[in-house]
Amino acid sequence: MMKSRYLPLIATCLIFVLAYALCYWQFPFMLSTRVVGNLLTDNAFLGIAAVGMTFVILSGGIDLSIGSVIAFTGVFIAVVLKETSLHPLVVFALVLIITAIFGGIMGAIIHYLEMPPFVVTLAGMFLARGIAFVISTDSVPVKHEFYTFLQDSFYRLPGGGRITVIGAAMLVVFFVGIIIAHRTRFGTNVFALGGGIPTSKLMGVPVAKTTIGIYAISGFLAGLAGITFSLYTSAGYSLAAVGVELDAIAAVVIGGALLTGGSGFIAGTLIGVLIMGLIQTYIIFDGTLSSWWTKIVIGILLFAFILMQKGLLLAASAQKK
Amino acid sequence: MNSLKRYAPQLTTLAIVLLLNYLVFPDFFKIEIANGKLYGTLIDVLNRGAPVALLCVGMTLVIATKGIDLSVGAVMAICGAVAASTVDSGGGVFMALSLALLAGLICGIWNGVLVSVLNIQPIIATLILMVAGRGIAQLITEGAILTFNDEGLIFVGSGSIFSIPMPILIWIAVGIIVTFIVRRTALGMLIESIGINQRASTFSGVNARVLLILVYAVSGLCAALAGTIAAADIRGADANNAGLWLELDAILAVVVGGTSLLGGRFTLIGSLIGAMIIQSINTGILLSGFPPEFNLIIKAAIIVIILVIQSPALQSKYIEYRDRRETGKTPVGKDAAS
Repeated sequence: MMKSRYLPLIATCLIFVLAYALCYWQFPFMLSTRVVGNLLTDNAFLGIAAVGMTFVILSGGIDLSIGSVIAFTGVFIAVVLKETSLHPLVVFALVLIITAIFGGIMGAIIHYLEMPPFVVTLAGMFLARGIAFVISTDSVPVKHEFYTFLQDSFYRLPGGGRITVIGAAMLVVFFVGIIIAHRTRFGTNVFALGGGIPTSKLMGVPVAKTTIGIYAISGFLAGLAGITFSLYTSAGYSLAAVGVELDAIAAVVIGGALLTGGSGFIAGTLIGVLIMGLIQTYIIFDGTLSSWWTKIVIGILLFAFILMQKGLLLAASAQKK
Repeated sequence: MNSLKRYAPQLTTLAIVLLLNYLVFPDFFKIEIANGKLYGTLIDVLNRGAPVALLCVGMTLVIATKGIDLSVGAVMAICGAVAASTVDSGGGVFMALSLALLAGLICGIWNGVLVSVLNIQPIIATLILMVAGRGIAQLITEGAILTFNDEGLIFVGSGSIFSIPMPILIWIAVGIIVTFIVRRTALGMLIESIGINQRASTFSGVNARVLLILVYAVSGLCAALAGTIAAADIRGADANNAGLWLELDAILAVVVGGTSLLGGRFTLIGSLIGAMIIQSINTGILLSGFPPEFNLIIKAAIIVIILVIQSPALQSKYIEYRDRRETGKTPVGKDAAS
């Protein structure tokens, strides 16, 4: 059982290494630090949002609202920066508080009304996107010295690759996420919830506090992903980031987390995000393949990983017998 | 009388929404016949609501088994693309329709097998097709919006029989046929039993595996019809936008109609009324000159209200409260008799 816990993670890593080797074999330029740097920068917002999604899925829930929250964050930042003279950092803090409270309220509804997370976060998805629309339907550009400063600062790797601020932010979020999930009491409670709510109640896990905390984290990280996205695009647009929640769920599953909750790794999600980014990079390098192949390949990967999880579970239960 | 009472909340909501529409737009109920076809805003509601109403029929059955089908929007795109490419390569309208239905059936059976044979949670099982489906649709249309001029196929989207537009006829016919099949046979009850407790129904001899596949197949077929109508309506198959987010509208309509997402008891008529409520709200917002952006906020508010009403936690509190009040009023002997 201990071994099979790590198997999905090992499989994910193997697939990533194999895929990268395949890419390198076809396009030797793939191994340059430039590609690696861009891989991190281009997928920063997805990665940050996916960390929040991992917490939610580990607890056996789902959060459909993150794409809309990203869009809301972008529009909010752009409009506030345009209309007032507040410093971006103040606006960032403000929007993070709003999104964390938004997530917390969803968690409270899920817990106290005993409703499926799917429906509650669906309402949250409509609400966040609706508010973004009401704030502005146009794409609002962000022009601020602080933005240019953040966008222009990066760490130069040997070989010309750049670790940008948002790329580094994603790595930091993953690091903190790994510590919270695997090294704190809150993290243990999240895993316990994923194992079953009645059992965790009997074990003395504070279910209400943990549920609200999980969705607040997911909301907070969606807000942070929104900030990253607005730095990445220099604009806020209410139609942006449609369907990011699906990409995030896919990344979590490819990363080896069990969808029924209770088992998985934050680090796996990082590799899941990178695999998805790698597919896109390969398609861009190839030039003849169309972008819709990304979706099909991700669908096939999703299917393969779910099948593998089923097989592992079957094998584990056969061993017990 | 009994059935009217059952649908009272939905019918009242629909009446209120229609009344509001009438207040902002006095011509709302005006229906006229031009070019041998019914015209009017009310007809428009029925017509535009066809895709969601069709999706609702399949979605209701899926939700009754405690499942959910996220892929219907993507299946719509696939089937629209299949229909369009069939007529473009010279096939007739019947060929196009049957191939589109076949594609929908295959998608549905795929979902059903994942859910029932491989035991994957419905949300995730259908997520696979939701993600990959639009890619497949684009593969069929080769990335472009496939337009067509086949009279027969266009007729499905904008033709009319006895001056009633085709989409309305199709969704009402499908609604009646499916209701008839599930309610005049034991199928409906068996589906409900799976939703309440799959293991218990398997033990009592219900073939849950076959029924689950069947339910998802029906959902796929309904999505195929909806996709064909959507494509025929704009005379082209748009792999990116056909049926985009309609799965959420369909789920919302089913929930508004009074079917619980927790599985079990379902009502097809309620879901169809729900679909019309949602379409009336959409039309009403457009007519009233409100920015369409408010649409999403109103939908969110509706979901929250329904959540509160359907919440098991609040329901058990209410029953407790009611029982306490009743036992306080009535003498003990009477209580035992009831």
